[in-house]
Amino acid sequence: MIDAGNTAWLITATALVLFMTLPGLSLFYGGLVRAENLLSVLMQCFGIACLVSVVWLVCAYSLAFSGGGAWIGDLSKALLSGMPRDAVAANTTLPETVFFMFQMTFAIITPALIVGAFVERMKFSAVLLFTLLWVLLVYVPVTHWIWGGGWLAERGLLDFAGGLVVHLTAGVTALVLAVLLGPRLGFPDEVKPPHAPWMTMVGACMLWVGWFGFNAGSALTAGADAGMAMTVTQISAATATLVWIGIEWAKFGKPSLVGAVTGTIAGLATITPASGFVGPGAALIIGLVGGAVCYFMVGVVKRRFKIDDALDVFAVHGVGGAIGILLTAVFMDAALGGVGFAEGNSMGAQAAIQLTGIGAVLLWSLVVSFIIAKVVHAVIGLRVSAETEEQGLDLRLHGERGYNM
Amino acid sequence: MKYIIAVIQPHRLDPVREALAGIGVQGLTVSEVRGFGRQKGQTEIYRGAEYNTQYVPKVKVEIAVDDEIADQVVEAVGNAARTGRIGDGKVFVLPLEGAMRVRTGEMGADAL
Repeated sequence: MIDAGNTAWLITATALVLFMTLPGLSLFYGGLVRAENLLSVLMQCFGIACLVSVVWLVCAYSLAFSGGGAWIGDLSKALLSGMPRDAVAANTTLPETVFFMFQMTFAIITPALIVGAFVERMKFSAVLLFTLLWVLLVYVPVTHWIWGGGWLAERGLLDFAGGLVVHLTAGVTALVLAVLLGPRLGFPDEVKPPHAPWMTMVGACMLWVGWFGFNAGSALTAGADAGMAMTVTQISAATATLVWIGIEWAKFGKPSLVGAVTGTIAGLATITPASGFVGPGAALIIGLVGGAVCYFMVGVVKRRFKIDDALDVFAVHGVGGAIGILLTAVFMDAALGGVGFAEGNSMGAQAAIQLTGIGAVLLWSLVVSFIIAKVVHAVIGLRVSAETEEQGLDLRLHGERGYNM
Repeated sequence: MKYIIAVIQPHRLDPVREALAGIGVQGLTVSEVRGFGRQKGQTEIYRGAEYNTQYVPKVKVEIAVDDEIADQVVEAVGNAARTGRIGDGKVFVLPLEGAMRVRTGEMGADAL
């Protein structure tokens, strides 16, 4: 039966999560690139949002959320055909249209997160084709495994709002694309610094606010679970921000704004999978660990591995999401303020399931993204010409400039 | 006549303008420019990565004046722009061969 309160909250949450991509993430990323590539980033996020919306209706929603298969759903809800207006989404008190839309906004932001890896050098056509295939072959199966009643759900894997479904899939794919595309011209010593850190901060603020829809909305009800999810989200975000500020202050003598807001995103990504299962004390620790480890991993990826995951998607989202999945098994313990383990389950057993999930999602994302990227490369090519890259994508690919001054 | 070009720290522009107004300079041209001197750019750090900026933002002030007050102008610009730190800039003085006020067609020093 449809519950008005829950429905009202989920409609609001859906709008908040869409707002995370349009314009939150777009501006967050847009500020971090050089001025000649600003519009290309905004366009990539915008294009992805529209493309995924249509694909979600055509078949992706159905493949993710219908049918009882262990690996993939079926096409019974393709185009939402035959769905009565007042259909109720399974195991919820929401109209199916609202659940469909809420989940669509997650499917939109996930490939948009990957944009951070390939900014300033990937063809727009390749971005669209890659996104189309990626949503169908990576996002949809993984969503089905975890949220659609697939094999990981059957084993009891807990991923409240998308540590694996959203952040690890995006993070691993970011790494794959960054390697296959190769680094930006001049990487690592001569790439241009972020052109508008203030824009990045504005985008981060929209992401932060939107994240309440993301995490508290994932309760699918307007009640205690949503309230606690919102609370731990705020605490983790704030803690990770302070951690990042502290590290930069100690290391460089100056805490930077770009660093602070990156810490915010790390804290948000890390709490995401745990947000429905842990208490506020745990959120402090999760924010602390997420902030510190993600900071460390940015340096590892860029300077040790020499991979130009340009805007640190793997280090912040992939690593944060995976840490959150693991820490869920610890801090869901009722003795530590969490919701407690399922009957007959222990911390060790839950951790084993969570680790299985990390391994499976990591491997699937890695292999399938690699194949998709190779196919796209063969069909239309992944990378723009060196000349286009030097002049900037805005003028060469989109025929306009971010700033006419 | 002399043509004086001063490349200064952007935040010293207003003091320079005030100092010049004080000694009777009637007009000047300002542009935002980038460059480097002994300062050799500066380092910015984003997410732990260092970016070396080759060129530092500066403001270029151009002033055309009579010979009599040229030295005074150079001195005024120097005093107003000086912070004592590296990167304060430079002032150049060039001979100026001619000038015209476009509206009236006046030539030479009368045009200044």
